[in-house]
Amino acid sequence: MLDFETPVLKQYPIIPLIQPGVMAHSKPYVAKPEIQGKIGFPEELVENWQEVAIKKMGELVSKSRALRVFLDSCVKCGACTDKCHYFLGTADPKNMPVARQDLFRDVYRRYFTFAGKYFPKLVGAKEMDKEMLDDWYSYFHQCSQCRRCSVYCPFGIDTAEISMAAREILDSVGVGQKYCNEIIGKAQTIGNNLGLREPALLDTLEGLEEDIEEETGVVVRLPLDQKNADILLVTPSADFFAEPHVDGLIGYAKVFHAAGLSWTLSSHASEAANFGMFIGSHENMQILAMRIRDAALDLGVKRIVFGECGHAWSVAYNFLNTLAGPFDFLDPNYPVPQHICEVTYDLIQRDLLTLDKSANDDKVLTFHDSCNIARG
Amino acid sequence: MSLLTLIFVLLFYTATATLVVGLAYKIRLYAKTPAPLRIPVTPAPITRWGVVARMFFEVTLFNSLFKANKWIWLFGWLFHAALLLVLLRHFRYFTDPVWGWIGAIQPYGKYAAFVMIFGLAGLWARRFLVDRVRYISSPSDHLMLALLIAIGLTGLGMKYVSHTDIVAVKAFFLGLMYFDWQPLPSDLFLVIHLSLVVLLMIIFPFSKLLHAPGLFFSPTRTQVDNAREKRHVVGL
Repeated sequence: MLDFETPVLKQYPIIPLIQPGVMAHSKPYVAKPEIQGKIGFPEELVENWQEVAIKKMGELVSKSRALRVFLDSCVKCGACTDKCHYFLGTADPKNMPVARQDLFRDVYRRYFTFAGKYFPKLVGAKEMDKEMLDDWYSYFHQCSQCRRCSVYCPFGIDTAEISMAAREILDSVGVGQKYCNEIIGKAQTIGNNLGLREPALLDTLEGLEEDIEEETGVVVRLPLDQKNADILLVTPSADFFAEPHVDGLIGYAKVFHAAGLSWTLSSHASEAANFGMFIGSHENMQILAMRIRDAALDLGVKRIVFGECGHAWSVAYNFLNTLAGPFDFLDPNYPVPQHICEVTYDLIQRDLLTLDKSANDDKVLTFHDSCNIARG
Repeated sequence: MSLLTLIFVLLFYTATATLVVGLAYKIRLYAKTPAPLRIPVTPAPITRWGVVARMFFEVTLFNSLFKANKWIWLFGWLFHAALLLVLLRHFRYFTDPVWGWIGAIQPYGKYAAFVMIFGLAGLWARRFLVDRVRYISSPSDHLMLALLIAIGLTGLGMKYVSHTDIVAVKAFFLGLMYFDWQPLPSDLFLVIHLSLVVLLMIIFPFSKLLHAPGLFFSPTRTQVDNAREKRHVVGL
C-alpha cells in the first residue's frame, strides 16, 4: 500500500500551503502499442513528437471556441486555486486548476501568440520539451474532469476542456494512458468497458433475477436484447459486476417491474460510460455514442434511459443528441436520453410506485457526487 | 507642431488602430471558432433570456468570483467598477459640449481613482502574500498591475499635485478626433500618463486583458442548457 496521510475533514476546508512537485511521480500506466493502435493512435512516442504535438494543438484550438477563449482569458486571479480536490488533497501546486491549465497555456503561448513568441520569459511561455511532456502526462491525468473549477472561474474557464485537449495531444504523439484506452477498445468491440461478452452478461442477469426472487419472492426480469421493448436501459457495466453498483441495477429492475414498464438491456450497447470523453477524442466518443443509437434502432425501442454514472450522464445529457442524434425515431413524449432518477421521480409523482418508506429509514444519507461534482 | 505633439499624435493613432483592429480580429476569431459540443456549467439557464440574465450578473456583479473568493471579488470588483467610472469621467475630453450625464458623474469619478488604486493594490498584495497566487504569477502579471497603478497615480498627480492645462488636453484629443491637430501640454505627469495609456492600448489585444471580450464567448457561461430538446450541430 502507498503511504498516505489522509486529511481530516473539518467544517471549513483548510487550504494547504503549496508543496511543489510532491505529485510529479504520480502517473498512469502507459498504454501498450496494440492498445494504442486499436483505437487509431500511434503505437509509441513518434520521432517528431514535438512537431506533431504543436500541430495537433493548433488544430484543436482552431476547432474549439472553448479552448481559444480559455487560453486567452485567464487573468491568474487565483479564484480556482483552492477549488480542486486534487490540490486540496495533495498540496501540489500543479494540481491547482490554473497551474494545470498553464502547463498547456504556456506551450500554446510559446508557439501561437505574439507575446509568447517574442517575450516568452515575460509571459511565462515555455517550450514543448520532454520535461513538459512528462509533466503533461503526470498532471493532466490528475484531473477527474469534474468541472468544479469552472463553477468558480469568473470567465467560466473549464480545466476539463484543457485536460481533454492535452490527453488528445498525448495520444496523437503515441503516449496514451492504458486504463482509458484499453477500455475504449473493449467497449468498441465487445460493447462494454469490462469486456463482458453476451453469454457472461446473460449469466449475470439470470443470477440477479434469482437473487431478487430469493430476497423478495417476486419474479423480476432483467431482459437482454429483447426486441420491441419500450425502454432501452444503458447503464455502466460496473452495474453488472461490482458492489455496490449492482444494487443500483437491481433497483432499476424493481422500479421497471413495479411500474409495469417494458424494458431491455443491450449486449451491443452494454455501457453507459463514454471514455472517449476522458481522452478528449471526439472520434472515439462518437463511435461509442453511435453504438447506443444502433442498439435502439436494432431493438426497436421507444425510449432510452441511462443508469446512474456521473460522467456517463454528462456525455449522455449534453452530447448524445449531437453525437448520435437526431432521435426522431423515438417517442417524442420523453427526453432522450432520460436519467433513471427522472423516470423514477416521474413514476412517484404519478403514484405508479408504492414505496415502503420504512424499508430504508435506518440509513443516514449524504449527497456525494464525487465523479462530477454537483453535475458541473 | 512640437515634436512632443507629433509623437503623441502618431502614438495615439497607432495605439487606437492596434486596439481596434486587434480586438476586432480576436472577437471575429472567437465568434467564428466552432463550439462542437454543449458544455454549459450547472446551474445553467434553460432559455436564451436566462443566459442574458446570467451574463448580466456575471459582468456587472462578478457572481462566480463572489462564490469563489471574497477578497479577490472585493478588490477585483472595486477596481473594475472604479475604472468604469474613471473612464466615463474621461469622456469629457472627447465630447464637446460635454454630455449632461458625463458632467453629472464628475464629482464621483474624481474619487474613483483612489478606489481603483486600492483595488489594484489589494490584487497586487495577493500576488506576494498568498503562496498559491505567488506561484501562478508571471512577470507580466505583476507588470500589468504596475502599469494600471502607474496610470492611476499619474492621473491623480495631475489632479492633486501638479495641475496640467486640461483645456489644452481636451483641444488635443478633439483635434485627434477631427484630424485638426492641436499642441499637447508638456507636463511630466501628463506625458507619463498618456505614454502608459498608449502602452496599455497596444498590449490589450495581445495580453490577458482579452478576458474582457473572452467572457462573452465562454461556452460554459453563454450556452443554453437544452441539449436534449434542441440538437446542437455545428458545421464540423
